[in-house]
Amino acid sequence: MRSVIFRAVAPFLTSLMVLFSIFVLLRGHNEPGGGFIGGLIAVSALAIYGIACGVETVRRAIYFHPMAIAGAGLFAATIAGLISIAARVPFMTGLWIYPSLLGVEVPLSTVTLFDCGVYLVVVGAISSIALSLEERGGE
Amino acid sequence: MAVSTSPPADLSAALVLEPVAAADWLVILPVAWCLAIGALLVMLRRPIGLHPFIAIAGLAGLVVIDGLLLHHVIASGPVTMVMGRWLPPFGIAFTVDLTGALFALTASVVALAGGVYSLSDINDSGRRYGFYPFLMLLMAGVSGAFLTGDIFNLYVWFEVLLISSFGLIVLGSEREQIDGAVKYGFLNLVATTLFLVTTGYLYASFGTLNMADIARKAEGLRGTAPLMTLTALFLLAFGMKAAAFPVNFWLPASYHTPRVVVSALFAGLLTKVGIYALIRVTVMLLPVEREELSFVIAVIGALTMLVGVFGALAQADFRRMLGYLVISGIGSILAGVAVGGPGGIGGAIFYALHSMLVMTALYFASGVAAKLGGSFSLSSLSGLYRRHAGFAAISLMLAFAVSGLPPFSGFWPKVMLVKAALDIGAWWLAATLLVTGFLTTIATGRFFLLAYWRDTAGGQGATDKAQIPATILLPLGVLTLLTLAIGLYPEPLLATIQSAAAGLSEPSGYLNSVFPGAAR
Amino acid sequence: MEAWFALLVGTFFTVAIYLLLSKSIIRVLLGVAILGNGVNLLIFTGGRLTRGVPPVIQEGADTLTGSAANALPQALILTAIVISFSFFAFLLVLAWRAYEDLSTDNTDEMRVAEPEEEPAPPLGY
Repeated sequence: MRSVIFRAVAPFLTSLMVLFSIFVLLRGHNEPGGGFIGGLIAVSALAIYGIACGVETVRRAIYFHPMAIAGAGLFAATIAGLISIAARVPFMTGLWIYPSLLGVEVPLSTVTLFDCGVYLVVVGAISSIALSLEERGGE
Repeated sequence: MAVSTSPPADLSAALVLEPVAAADWLVILPVAWCLAIGALLVMLRRPIGLHPFIAIAGLAGLVVIDGLLLHHVIASGPVTMVMGRWLPPFGIAFTVDLTGALFALTASVVALAGGVYSLSDINDSGRRYGFYPFLMLLMAGVSGAFLTGDIFNLYVWFEVLLISSFGLIVLGSEREQIDGAVKYGFLNLVATTLFLVTTGYLYASFGTLNMADIARKAEGLRGTAPLMTLTALFLLAFGMKAAAFPVNFWLPASYHTPRVVVSALFAGLLTKVGIYALIRVTVMLLPVEREELSFVIAVIGALTMLVGVFGALAQADFRRMLGYLVISGIGSILAGVAVGGPGGIGGAIFYALHSMLVMTALYFASGVAAKLGGSFSLSSLSGLYRRHAGFAAISLMLAFAVSGLPPFSGFWPKVMLVKAALDIGAWWLAATLLVTGFLTTIATGRFFLLAYWRDTAGGQGATDKAQIPATILLPLGVLTLLTLAIGLYPEPLLATIQSAAAGLSEPSGYLNSVFPGAAR
Repeated sequence: MEAWFALLVGTFFTVAIYLLLSKSIIRVLLGVAILGNGVNLLIFTGGRLTRGVPPVIQEGADTLTGSAANALPQALILTAIVISFSFFAFLLVLAWRAYEDLSTDNTDEMRVAEPEEEPAPPLGY
């Protein structure tokens, strides 16, 4: 899109929105938010970037093919379910560990891993559709 | 988020607290395995040449897992695992009994054969399009549908396999395929929506979606809840998925359009998932209603058989004829469901397993015939026997198998079905089964006569000996040998199927596995 | 309350079936979308309707006090919405492709896979 203001603002807006999407993803365990909605926010960030600076730039910026990102998400979600083999509890049971990083207790869980997987699936699949639609619209 | 590790309340009534045995993981492993391999393949976009080998290794692993699962179920009865430790009916349960394990194993064998066959049928652009990830996700859906113990979960797996099948059916994007895919897509979506409607009513009447819980509560609700409506709706929804008359028309409109390997997998897997779901719901969950509807199901089954076989007689195209034969097989299975009892249900399960193997192999054979003869059309196919005698022999064996002639796998289920129909006095159903078998013999025999024995018309086309690559001959040959082996030595399979049918009609083992110590 | 919702679901189904019966593929697609929404409403109603009682356990308590809204139908509907959304997207693209490739959106004219004038099978050698 040939608007200087939009093109100047878009990178900042995009990075802010991606940051916000990760915030929404991580707070989603006990409060409103989560992987699905976070993923949608990230996709809209990418879409804005694509409208401003072109689809090619977005594809270069995310480096991996969108479908590969979706595949990684599906893989992460499956692994999150399978980790419970080691703990001898049924499939998809939430398991928590609390390692201490620089004196701060960081709760990590398979639930979070699953949610990150959902996030990646949504980002990958929907941005793949959005980018190809933008490409076709620009012709 | 500072949650303590021990729950504050006493949750022993809600959670699985004892450790899970390693063998129980076999219940969930087929699905998780397929999903993981599929995801891995989606990630690996560059090394596209590796896709087939990873997928085939994955499918071989699936066969092993399903084999171990069947072994485990035979040894220790139905197995249950609930997601996330929540006890049923609150946690989503995966419950495998003999029927589910048998179907899952046969499906994985068919898929492995398809994976090997695809080496020579799917070219580089098909691989880049994502044939193998779709195949693995399709298998995740199919395995999930066979193994789940929850109605809504069954719906989700139906959708997983449906969306993968959409991806597979448009592979190639030719005009014919788009046309077939439109009909396939819309009608199947309507069918699954009908399934969802029924699930909604089911939940409204039962307040639960767990199959064992439904089977337990059905007795108490009989008389107050509209169980007959539910059964009729289930019959319509699953009948549409299985392509039963009069909602069969999407199948002959679409099954001949995609790649041969895709048609073969669809014929082997998709309609049988519908049949499996129908058997599970009508026989195990709502047996009294099935009994009352049995005449309707019998009429539908008979008409499906006849429509299928007359359609097959009228076709001049190899693959379209096979599509109608799939339908006629569905009719035979429905006849078994209608008759009921150990013979009827056992015959239906046996026929479904046989049909999975044979229909896949026949579609493979159609691909080979088209490769040798240059066409699927009966008018131009000729002289195949002269070109490759071994292939002609395999085709003849498959034709016998699909017609239900001894010594192949189609003979025994047909015997069981005819006997069960005669035992309850439904002579007309038995007669339809036999007439259908006879007409199928004519349809396939006519085909064999024209395409294989007829000399090349007008001296056109090649008459020299042809070579068939091992990647085609191997899956085709193995499936044919399996039907022969089942036909010659059916006792072990027959015994397993009979106890599977008994476990469906009298599901105390299933109930005990989900709710320990709560069976009737 | 349930009776009104039942009527509403019935209206949705009526409209959907009317649209599904038309020949134009885009109307069929709209019918499918409306049918999906009707089903979601049906599941929602099937879970019984309650007003203003969220199923949230109070601070310090272990169980719900009294009856509360049923949360399960909403989980089911959420799943069904995501699925029907993706199917709708796929079928929309498919319908568009069909319109481009077959240059018709009339299902009566989509006869590429099943040609109208098919040769009869050969009757003899």
